[in-house]
Amino acid sequence: MTIILLIYVLLAVLAVPLGLYMGRALDSRHTSRFDRFFAPLESGLMRLAGIDAQASMSWSSYALALIKLNLLLILLAWLVFMAQGVLPLNPDRIAGMNWSTALHTAVSFVTNTDQQHYSGQAQLSYLSQTLAIVTLQFLSPATGLAVLLAIARTLLRRGDGTTAGNSSGQHGVGNYYVDLVRIVIRVLLPLSLVVALLLVWQGVPASWQGAQSVTMLDGGTTQIIPRGPVAPMVAIKQLGTNGGGWYGPNSSVPLENPDLLSNVIETLAIMLIPVASLVAVGVISGRRRLMIGIGAVMVALSLISTTLVMVSERGPNSALQGVAIAGSHNMEGKELRFGSDLSALWGSWTTQTSNGSVNAMHDSFNPLGGMTLLMDMFVNVAFGGVGVGLIGYLLYLMLAAFMGSLMIGRAPELFGKPLETREIRWISLAILAQPLLILGLSAITVSFPSLTGNSNPGFHGLSQVLYEYTSAFANNGSGFEGLADASTWWNLTCVVALLIGRFLPMLVPLAVAGWLAGKRTAPAGRGSLALDSGPFLALSVGTIVIVNLLGFMPALVLGPIAEQLTAG
Amino acid sequence: MTNLSSRRHHHGSRMPPATLIGESLRRLHPRSLARNPVMAVVAIGTLVCLLYTLLSFIDGDGQTAFTLIVSLILLATLLFANAAEAVAEARGKAHAGSLRATRGELRARRLIAGVEEDIDAGQLRRGDRVRVAAGELIPADGEIVEGAGSINESAVTGESAPVLREAGTDNSGVSAGTKLLSDDIVVEVSVDPGESLLDQMIALVEGASRQKTPSELALSVLLATLTLIFVIVVVSLVPMAHFTGASTSIVMLVALLVCLIPTTIGGLLPAIGIAGMERAMRANLVARSGKAVEIAGSIDTLLLDKTGTITLGDRRATEFAPCPGIDRTRLRDIAALCSLADPTPEGRSIVALARELGAHPQAPEQAEVVAFSAATRVSGLDFSDGRQWRKGAPNAIAAMVQQQGGRLPPDFDGLVERISRDGATPLAVAEGSVLLGVIALSDVIKQGIAERFAQLREVGVRTVMVTGDNPITAAAIAAEAGVDDYIAEATPERKLELIRSEQAGGRLVAMMGDGTNDAPALAQADLGLAMNSGTQAAREAANMVDLDSDPGKLLNAVEIGKQLLITRGALTTFSLANDIAKYFAILPAIFAAGIPALAALDVLDLHSPRSAVLSAVIFNALVIPALIPFALRGVRFRAVSASAMLRRNLLLYGLGGVLLPFPAIKAIDLVVGLFF
Repeated sequence: MTIILLIYVLLAVLAVPLGLYMGRALDSRHTSRFDRFFAPLESGLMRLAGIDAQASMSWSSYALALIKLNLLLILLAWLVFMAQGVLPLNPDRIAGMNWSTALHTAVSFVTNTDQQHYSGQAQLSYLSQTLAIVTLQFLSPATGLAVLLAIARTLLRRGDGTTAGNSSGQHGVGNYYVDLVRIVIRVLLPLSLVVALLLVWQGVPASWQGAQSVTMLDGGTTQIIPRGPVAPMVAIKQLGTNGGGWYGPNSSVPLENPDLLSNVIETLAIMLIPVASLVAVGVISGRRRLMIGIGAVMVALSLISTTLVMVSERGPNSALQGVAIAGSHNMEGKELRFGSDLSALWGSWTTQTSNGSVNAMHDSFNPLGGMTLLMDMFVNVAFGGVGVGLIGYLLYLMLAAFMGSLMIGRAPELFGKPLETREIRWISLAILAQPLLILGLSAITVSFPSLTGNSNPGFHGLSQVLYEYTSAFANNGSGFEGLADASTWWNLTCVVALLIGRFLPMLVPLAVAGWLAGKRTAPAGRGSLALDSGPFLALSVGTIVIVNLLGFMPALVLGPIAEQLTAG
Repeated sequence: MTNLSSRRHHHGSRMPPATLIGESLRRLHPRSLARNPVMAVVAIGTLVCLLYTLLSFIDGDGQTAFTLIVSLILLATLLFANAAEAVAEARGKAHAGSLRATRGELRARRLIAGVEEDIDAGQLRRGDRVRVAAGELIPADGEIVEGAGSINESAVTGESAPVLREAGTDNSGVSAGTKLLSDDIVVEVSVDPGESLLDQMIALVEGASRQKTPSELALSVLLATLTLIFVIVVVSLVPMAHFTGASTSIVMLVALLVCLIPTTIGGLLPAIGIAGMERAMRANLVARSGKAVEIAGSIDTLLLDKTGTITLGDRRATEFAPCPGIDRTRLRDIAALCSLADPTPEGRSIVALARELGAHPQAPEQAEVVAFSAATRVSGLDFSDGRQWRKGAPNAIAAMVQQQGGRLPPDFDGLVERISRDGATPLAVAEGSVLLGVIALSDVIKQGIAERFAQLREVGVRTVMVTGDNPITAAAIAAEAGVDDYIAEATPERKLELIRSEQAGGRLVAMMGDGTNDAPALAQADLGLAMNSGTQAAREAANMVDLDSDPGKLLNAVEIGKQLLITRGALTTFSLANDIAKYFAILPAIFAAGIPALAALDVLDLHSPRSAVLSAVIFNALVIPALIPFALRGVRFRAVSASAMLRRNLLLYGLGGVLLPFPAIKAIDLVVGLFF
């Protein structure tokens, strides 16, 4: 208990200075003292790629550049995974992936999800793990953060609210490539270096040599211990809300997460950048009070979820009720070296942030614990994924602003800019996509049990299916497992959920920011909606709760709630 | 001004029940249902339930009664929503209809090349000229182009005191159905058939042809999205329940769907919009579109004409201030004599003040009246013996005195400035080359206007007073009335400039005007409110017309706009918040057979699954008629800050909406439970 609170405090202590640094180092509108250090490297890269770093893009060209690069990355990664058998850096002679799993893997990593329908150490070569996977683990969080920066510079920016228009007459939101490179070089690489070294210090492998054969203590048997450049990958896996580990069982494996200290470091790394992003946006946009308000809402949501999971997992395993071995805490699927609290904390943080790495089996959590993880992913904004967490919150904020404006007797507006039918139509679509894909795909999948390959029938089986699609749409990547999920059906349906779940909620707020930039801005006053006021924050929380509760309550009742109530 | 709310005799008119039922049934037509996706889903649900009732009757499975009752409740939900719209529409039309009735069958004498032709007024087209004689009704909306006359506008405004309308002035507009009391005028018709103010009023409250306002359109998109989400939620529940082995009843699922989709706001939304228009109309404000009413709620800056809005229309003389060495009674008498022939209220007030102070002015015999002209800015009397008495603007009088070789008293400027600083308008009086002194004409500030501005400030609306007065006078009046800002020596160009600069700062601006030279500013303003007495150009440039021609109406317009938006927001919040309780009532009931353990979620301890479902749909249906009066009346507008208003409305409609259905559904269940 104490250690949990200590980790929350430690997180704040680390994230605030990091956020202040990010705010200054990433704000492309001003030169900062960090430029002297990074600029030569960055401008070299820009020249090499032939990119005009000065050109500010309209929201639509920013989005188009983003989509093009992401499609290209999907294509490249797909090819690498299928061809890895004949490519170099493959000491363990691992064969190429089948096309659908390879496509799913490529999309999964480009969308910052890292949902894995394979087992990393056994099915990916070193080339695939490093060149494809790790590259994407850097670029995908950078993309999310880049879009957040673009929104922070336009929609959120306090002041005249207008930015210089470009030649096409649209308002500039920044340069995607510049943002991407700056984020990778100024934030992700240095942080990963520090975390990787700390993990190596704790014994996580970092080697280019192939698997090691070890003779066991009984003298007779030998075991193959897979290894590789694990520590650097684990660092960015945690920091970039990626979640896809080197080993199949992720950070529950001692080689990926050896001890208590490494566990605390990896846990902190999950939340670090999402929290710091809020501080950074406060610096860049000048809306400190609003960011503090949003931060307070996010902390509250996070604490509620973490507490629920902890309480749930401190209870005995519900499946073993009445059996003598049940024990006091639910330790099934958990590592003894972490215990139930640290597993619960990791589980709730990894689902709050769309990270998706695990140090315990979520499938084995008690039903209400597992349900809380599901709800974390529905909400997906308790700090949320790198960049996209706050962007997702903005989507709720826009809905709340619409309702709030009406309730104070003004035509709907956001930051003093009118929210009209065009904006509401797209915001509605982004909100609609979540139940449509998660419930729709789950309903189709359970209608054809031959497709699902469920290990469990009944309520828990439904939870597993629901979790898989929720994890895909939320770009989380963790799984309840227990599904034969490397099938063509699972791979392709998840690809759809991954892509729409990634790009729609990310690009709609960007588009709204772009559209609103060209509109009048009413000055804030007594009669306007104060987005940082207590009543409005309450309305935002209400919006988040209502949208998710109303959409998913029946499914949760049939899944985890029925499972809990019928247990024992 | 007359009391707006009590004047209308048809206010609160009731529809006969048979008409109401007929109207509600008529609106079940697929074409009118298609306009409202929320209610269209209810209609489909009703049909599905009726089909199951039929199947169940054929099977004889004992479900028939329950299924039939669910179908009927869903049908009632639809009818209640239709009735809400019908009632709102009837109230709106009653208003416009009574205007139309008073207009009756109008005849017109159309002038073609100087020849009169007697035709039906319905044939008049824009640009036609008609002659109207005393005692006749004006046949169409238009502008007087020849002559002047006093007109009784009570048919349009309810105000029976006659008003003067004159060609070539800012008061040249006339409306169809009003009565010319004196003189003979020629009116140029300004509208084609079907485009008169009256026709526009009717279009705003007619459900089928009514155009949705921008925020209503955006809200409809949101409500349609929510409806679609709940369709997905309920439809996906079927295979999921099947997978877990729980059986489901289609009728119960339809009941769940109808309870979840926002039927309350979906059913009342058209009524709220129509009622908003009707409220504007009851205040004698005719909007060219619903959008204008809505914009009024978001206005940030109000440009208010000083005269008529902030001060009573007329200034009154309050002081005779003589120059040093001049006898006060001499100034008093000459001022009074100069004003005897002056018909303006100011002139009459000078005479009245002089009488009060003991003068007995008699019109001099050998004097010729020099009328006021805008060019000289003076008026007075010319005597046959060559004496000249003048009163007028201080600088004009001063110039005249100096031109005639006279000298200005040393503290004349100080005197003028002192009077200006007190908020009064100085009027100098001279006899030939001798400056006698100054008359102070004071503005009388309307009672309660300062409180009204304080309320507007509380809701974030900035008030700017517009006046032709000099800056010193303007500042004094602005301070006394409590406006936020003022523009003195205002010209139409300066008004336009101010509107543009406010808009450049992102503010929405409202103004009122009547003159042709106000037209550009009226068109530029986000809310341009023209007086009905104003010129055709002004009325065409504006997006709202005030039939009372009362400059204070802008304040009413802002309140009506805010009320409309708040009512929509409050009922949407309430409707969605209700869903939580409905889940707790219906979900355990639906799965009661398949998953008995879910009874633990039945926090209301309802009598039986069927009773639970019925209670929820009955509550869902009854909420609509229960809230019709609220939708028609609108949320009461309170002058509090945005944060306070949001807090209050969230507690009332958000939290209230979460909590209220629990006891209500339980209460209904206690009754329904006796039968199911």
